[in-house]
Amino acid sequence: MNRRIIFYMLGQILKVEAVLMSLPLICSLVYGEKNAISFVITIVLALALGFLLTCLNKPKDKTFFAKEGFVIVALSWITLSVVGAIPFVISGAIPNFIDAFFETVSGFTTTGATILGGKEIETMSKGLLFWRSFTHWIGGMGILVLVMAIVPTDSGRSIHIIRAEMPGPIIGKLVPKLKSTAKILYLIYICLTLLEVVLLLCGGMNLFESFVHSFGTAGTGGFGVKGDSIASYSPYLQWVITVFMLIFGVNFNIYYLVLVRKIRTAFKSEELWCYVGIVIAAVALVTYNIRNLVDGFWETLRQSAFQVASIITTTGYATTDFNLWPGLSKGILLILMFIGACAGSTAGGIKVSRIVLLFKRISANLRHMIHPRGAEAVRFEGKKVENETLNGVLVYFAIYFVCFTVILIVLLFEPFDLETNISAVAACFNNVGPGLALVGPMGNYDIFSHLSKIVLSVAMLLGRLEIYPLILLFSPASWLKRRKIKK
Amino acid sequence: MKIIVNGCGKVGITLLESLVAEGHDVVAIDNNPRVLSEVTNVYDVMGVCGNGTDSDVLLEADVGNAELMVSVTGSDELNMLSCFLAKRLGAKYTIARIRNPEYNDKSLGFMREQLDISLTLNPELMAARELFNILKMPSAAKVETFSARNFEIVEIKLKPDSALDGMKIMDMRSKFKAKFLISAVGRGEDAYIPDGNFVLKSGDRVYISATSNEIVKLLKEMGIQQKSAKKIMIFGGGKLAFYLAKKLSEGNNAVTIIEKNPTVCERLCEALPKVTIVNADGTDQEALLEEGLLSVDAFVSLTGMDEQNILMSAYAHTMSVPKIITKINRQALMPLAESWGLDTVISPKMTVSDVLVRYARALENSQGSSVETLYRLMDDKVEALEFIAKDGLDFLNVPFKDLSLKPNILIAGIIRDRKTIIPSGEDMLLVGDKVVVFAANQRINNLSDIKR
Repeated sequence: MNRRIIFYMLGQILKVEAVLMSLPLICSLVYGEKNAISFVITIVLALALGFLLTCLNKPKDKTFFAKEGFVIVALSWITLSVVGAIPFVISGAIPNFIDAFFETVSGFTTTGATILGGKEIETMSKGLLFWRSFTHWIGGMGILVLVMAIVPTDSGRSIHIIRAEMPGPIIGKLVPKLKSTAKILYLIYICLTLLEVVLLLCGGMNLFESFVHSFGTAGTGGFGVKGDSIASYSPYLQWVITVFMLIFGVNFNIYYLVLVRKIRTAFKSEELWCYVGIVIAAVALVTYNIRNLVDGFWETLRQSAFQVASIITTTGYATTDFNLWPGLSKGILLILMFIGACAGSTAGGIKVSRIVLLFKRISANLRHMIHPRGAEAVRFEGKKVENETLNGVLVYFAIYFVCFTVILIVLLFEPFDLETNISAVAACFNNVGPGLALVGPMGNYDIFSHLSKIVLSVAMLLGRLEIYPLILLFSPASWLKRRKIKK
Repeated sequence: MKIIVNGCGKVGITLLESLVAEGHDVVAIDNNPRVLSEVTNVYDVMGVCGNGTDSDVLLEADVGNAELMVSVTGSDELNMLSCFLAKRLGAKYTIARIRNPEYNDKSLGFMREQLDISLTLNPELMAARELFNILKMPSAAKVETFSARNFEIVEIKLKPDSALDGMKIMDMRSKFKAKFLISAVGRGEDAYIPDGNFVLKSGDRVYISATSNEIVKLLKEMGIQQKSAKKIMIFGGGKLAFYLAKKLSEGNNAVTIIEKNPTVCERLCEALPKVTIVNADGTDQEALLEEGLLSVDAFVSLTGMDEQNILMSAYAHTMSVPKIITKINRQALMPLAESWGLDTVISPKMTVSDVLVRYARALENSQGSSVETLYRLMDDKVEALEFIAKDGLDFLNVPFKDLSLKPNILIAGIIRDRKTIIPSGEDMLLVGDKVVVFAANQRINNLSDIKR
């Protein structure tokens, strides 16, 4: 374990977080709010700690391996959330630190689960609301990807860090250099976000809310500024957000392919079409299922499309209380929570590509039972998938459900019905946000005990970082000391 | 600059490493996904899995926008085809490794022209030339030549009893009559471009630059001159051994090749009538003694296995063979070999990588005075570069004493109309001069980069 490089990177992350926090500070100052000081204090703290860590840990030995990558990512995200929670506590908006930590983790992991009631959100200061949503935006593409894009690194091994942070079974580069890849990803991300801001402004939303909702959509997070989420906005604005939620659920590689005019390759993507297929099927089913609850076809379609888009991309905005929907629709939404959107997007969940690979593996195995001597090769995106990758997917499923069960067992001690508990775990673990029953779109997570909030925070981190980094962080084998070599 | 490297073997990976360190955008192609994932884990390159002679794979590697395509797979034919396709698909320049002796004769030029290949690489032939130079001057651990052998650098390791131990560089000029320059010194992990006050110590690796006659003179004065090796034993009968033996036997040297494989022996016998080919296991010490290990001037281990080479060279060292050369491909093993007293190590892949880095740098600087020759010394910490001074350079005709150079830069020699000048403060650069520059811990692409 190369500890120096881990703490060095941690220092860099803190510095970057301090810089990023200046945006909500500016927002706070623009609106003339008193609690701007809480951002100032946090920025000073983060900078001091950041410089301390980077100065003390200048790495002499720059080699590191996959395990260091995992540990860097896990530690960074925890630190990020702890520091990110400080403004909420100092300003008194969320006085309890555990509550504030839950809220910030929920922000960075782009979950959007909140412990705040509708009234508390609507009375919260603009600066804090901005920060809450901005955490979505940072967490969506990933803080370490951002660090890679701006901080100079001379090691080719940084791919280990990106791989640990980016969701999906196969992480490739868009261009030969990692730094350029990170830059391209962020550029696409920024452009799409700004496009949404403009479209929302055109629909009459004010500038502040346009930004907040664009951040929430871009990161597929789900924090808003109103108790009823998006319900009170015009149909145009709801459609814009629906479309952008779906856009941010698509693998960003596809946008790059479109940018470099490889449109045919882009539209050959199996994952993209499966994703589109699932969305269309789910919208059709839900529309049919709720046709008697809502007046008019377009209204019905809008509600079902918005909710389906919001849940499959694990955003968590809502335009209606889907708790009141019939069982079939709620069931579909619960299943969509697990599926999630495409790998390489900002969404959570298991990811469509893993689901596709899983089904291909199953059918290959079935074929193997019929033709025991048959040779099998699983193909995906026009290429043979290595057995190692397939195995990785299978193991991920197994470990996913183990984690799910363990977290659920803790939650079962809460005095709530099973629907609340299961959907709370599913919504947090898959980074969706709102669940069903008591934690539905009109409810919140304040009902849970502190222990459960911590467990759910861990669940969110597990979901965003795809489990392994956190597990490796706590495995003693990855912390073995390196011997110093005398030269 | 965008560069595609096809084939991630020993040479391929060395090239990747150098090219990434030079800051290029590198795409690696290999048909083994395991190798590729290993490569992309360690180096900042993009991997494309597949056959480099498949146009789809080349297109996936974005060959149309590539400046340079380098094909170094194990097969010459694949390399040729892959380069040919890459060129047709839009790569600006192509480099193929072609090392089979059958292709490396007069037909090579014809083939290069027909396939539109910009440059062919033959690591074994290049290494053989390097070995040949060292065997002609066995006191040196390394000999690099510039500009048609008018100017050379040799590496000498200072032994504990060396006359230079504890000597200031300033004092050397007065002590020795030869015209030379100490251009770089390697001490442990560090590399220095020394000034006059630098004091040499035993154990240093000293790089001396001068014309070859002056170097011989200096070595004589220092009392460490060895006569060029005449009786040479080569362990291993690969391509490198073939090229070396061929070159040596043309100069009337007595060459013995020890090779285990009888079919290889037969082939060698056919191709090298003047060379003694022995079919024996070279790791068998008895066989080596029988074939005259105790009477040879030099022992050269050139098998494909680093471990075998190091072990047998170490054995030859204990038998006091005057000059021992060891081929080592894995860089990590080189310090180990050095600690065993094997100071002359050759690595064909490093030689190739030097050539390629020079080629890439020259491509990047098509204007101005670009790099003509490049050698990287001491784990790439020091570079020796040759430039041609072209019109438009802003310090032409300026005496060096009035010129302020960047730190750790040294002008080691000027070649003007085939005459070599070891520069002093009064000398200056004229148009058309070839100039050799040493640079430590920095990269120089253009001659104008050396000025502060």
